[in-house]
Amino acid sequence: MKIGLLHSLIRKEEKLLIEAFRNAGVEPIMIDDRKLIMDFHTAPDIDILVERSINHSRALHALRLFESAGVCCVNSHKVAQICGDKLLTTAALKDHGIAQPECRVAFTEESALDAIEELGYPVVLKPAVGSWGRLLSKINDRDAAETVLEHKTVLGSYHHSIFYIQQYVEKQGRDIRSFVVGDDCIAAIYRSSDHWITNTARGAQASKCEVTPEVAEISLAAAKAVGGGIVAVDLFESNGGLLVNEVNYTMEFRNSIDTTGVDIPQVVADYVIGLVK
Amino acid sequence: MGECPVCAAEIEVADDAIAGEVLVCEDCGAELELTSIDPVALAEAPSAEEDWGQ
Repeated sequence: MKIGLLHSLIRKEEKLLIEAFRNAGVEPIMIDDRKLIMDFHTAPDIDILVERSINHSRALHALRLFESAGVCCVNSHKVAQICGDKLLTTAALKDHGIAQPECRVAFTEESALDAIEELGYPVVLKPAVGSWGRLLSKINDRDAAETVLEHKTVLGSYHHSIFYIQQYVEKQGRDIRSFVVGDDCIAAIYRSSDHWITNTARGAQASKCEVTPEVAEISLAAAKAVGGGIVAVDLFESNGGLLVNEVNYTMEFRNSIDTTGVDIPQVVADYVIGLVK
Repeated sequence: MGECPVCAAEIEVADDAIAGEVLVCEDCGAELELTSIDPVALAEAPSAEEDWGQ
């Protein structure tokens, strides 16, 4: 069995995955995206590709080329495309009737300001492509809205003028990240912080969250909406129930193994091996 | 053993280390990439880019 592992830097997650594949008797074939040259026809001789690039743009394009060359990829290009763009994620969740915060998209400063006022303060302005909580802006009033919109328009690259505006959800200092592998929601953590941004990359603390039927149901539905595979789903606990905030397709899990007691990399490795068999 | 390219401290490289792995220099805190195992070679890890991580 030839399992390719597409990577750039080897983070803790990739080391744990390599170890998990070895535990299952498979030595993964390491494919460094920084050395990769694709010709649109052929790909390295592998049965399946596990995508673990740290760069979304490299992952997205490499997956398309691997699939074009006939290689099955986990996750697929479609999943990467949808999850990597918050606008596309929101559209996919909407198409599948999955609860999520209210959202608006606008393409100019003026229409974005109108959209923010329509949604009502506070709102969160997010780059359509981005992660680790970077460049998120919580906008509490019109003065802040005008300032941030002008800065993004003048100082940002063009894709910062695709204004993705999300209703601010009061989440009582925490959100939930659940882990979906295939048809199972295998684990979940709370991410708690005094800051309104609750990414662990920004210092939020992880603690165990029980996978309740409600958590499992919405997580699996969200995973299915974006195309399935191996994803991490970020959930808000609102007064009206759980809302899906984002879906991540190259999930990071180093803080979630001891916390949940679930050997996430081994579950992932066994799932991938099962796909090949 | 390798040498930190930032502060020249000695960096211990584990037997199961993998090329491409990120290490942190305990002396200066620099994030380093293990670019080669044999011989051991270390470089400063790339800075986080806009589309990194999840």
